[in-house]
Amino acid sequence: MVNMFATLGKYSLATVQEVGKISIFSAKGFKSCFSSPFYFREIWRHMVVVGFYSLPIVALTALFAGMIIALQTYVGFTRFNAEGAVATVVVICITRELGPVFAGLMVTGRVSSAIAAEIGSMKVSDQIDALTTLGVDPFKFLVAPRMIAGMLMVPFLVLIADIIGVMGGFLISTTVLDFSAGSYISQTVQNLEAIDVISGLVKASFFGFCMSAFGCYHGFYSDVGAKGVGNATTSAVVASCIGVLALDYLLTAVFFGK
Amino acid sequence: MSKIVFDNVKKVFDTGLKVLNGVNLTIEKGESHIILGQSGGGKSVLIKCLLGILDLSSGDIVVDGISVKDFQQKEEYMKKFSILFQGNALFDSMTILENVKFAAAQKHKGRKSIVNIAKEKLLAVGLEERVFDLYPAEVSGGMQKRAALARAISLEPEVLVFDEPTSGLDPITGGIICNLLKDTVQSLGVTTITITHDLRVAEFLADRVSLLNKGVMVWTGHADEMKGCKNEFVQNFYKASNVILRR
Repeated sequence: MVNMFATLGKYSLATVQEVGKISIFSAKGFKSCFSSPFYFREIWRHMVVVGFYSLPIVALTALFAGMIIALQTYVGFTRFNAEGAVATVVVICITRELGPVFAGLMVTGRVSSAIAAEIGSMKVSDQIDALTTLGVDPFKFLVAPRMIAGMLMVPFLVLIADIIGVMGGFLISTTVLDFSAGSYISQTVQNLEAIDVISGLVKASFFGFCMSAFGCYHGFYSDVGAKGVGNATTSAVVASCIGVLALDYLLTAVFFGK
Repeated sequence: MSKIVFDNVKKVFDTGLKVLNGVNLTIEKGESHIILGQSGGGKSVLIKCLLGILDLSSGDIVVDGISVKDFQQKEEYMKKFSILFQGNALFDSMTILENVKFAAAQKHKGRKSIVNIAKEKLLAVGLEERVFDLYPAEVSGGMQKRAALARAISLEPEVLVFDEPTSGLDPITGGIICNLLKDTVQSLGVTTITITHDLRVAEFLADRVSLLNKGVMVWTGHADEMKGCKNEFVQNFYKASNVILRR
């Protein structure tokens, strides 16, 4: 019994310590985004990696999400003769939730793991120590560009996801469910509010920060060897996904909670 | 050129692992000093402590009167050094030229001729222009070592540190790199510290040699005095190295 409490206490302390370390690391990284020197080439490189290369997977995910939402809503709403609300439900679901969360999770899976693997490999091969000996702050060179890229490019991806998701719903509604294109578009435009899109973009910015912070943290503290870097990659993706979902709830409560 | 004093340097990691147990050593200005020792003996940790990458648990390292623990002069302290890492530590995302340019830009901030400085250093270590735009993964180990050396000297340091400079290289390339290091050191006239477990490298490069065992300096002297030294560890190390060489 005593052993059980001892183990529980040990894990609780380790968790608190880990949360503390991640918080300090993230705060230090965020602060370094706003102080010179700025490595614009690195920022641009990561903006391309996060934004441009994630575009196909995010677009595809959003397209299917929009199509599925239209189908499911139609089937469900037909039961109480409310199928006319399909366009409204699609646009609100996509802009408020599915666009930001799906894009966030997809980018997290693709980018957070890559960040952890790249920084982990740099640590193992002494490249981070080399930066220090060159007088370059690793936070400004490695963490800040990735955080800036995440915070700027995930909202951009979400905006694209919003448009493509709504188009997916439109496509299914007009071709399979026999909606009129004109009424679908007018219903979408009429019921869409600025806060729906803005809340999604703000969420996306937080997701971008979370994803890069966890990726960088796990890369920086990865163990040596291929196994260590592999573990760091896995931990980065798992932690980032949980972070994205937790942030999604918190921000939803802030924007739309009672 | 700089004088370096290690004063009772101790390093214990958070895990409780004691790596350095009171290292005392003085390296004179302009000296080429070799630190020999077995793998896991604490050589790399000692160098990381010297470079300020790892904090000391106790003791001090003083370079030209500046302590590694003096936070206010940390930048000035760090600028004295440049290191050739064991695995070269070239940045994968940059070409060979960009690696050297990046380092040169830290030393010569604001100067327009950074590209020329970088090219000059690369040519000085014997690299041809055709490899300048290749990435580190696209060139041989010997070329990577040369590029890493070019990056190290582009900082124009007062102290050059070589961490296992010939490890991972074939004997011919290793020999060429050793000659290059010796020529570079002589032309720059800087203080150098080389850590290695290879006695041949030590005998070739050293003014003086120190042997590190289990976190303590067990012997310091000239390379040619090693053979006649009565210290048991030194004798064993010397004999073992020569047995390996004879095979």
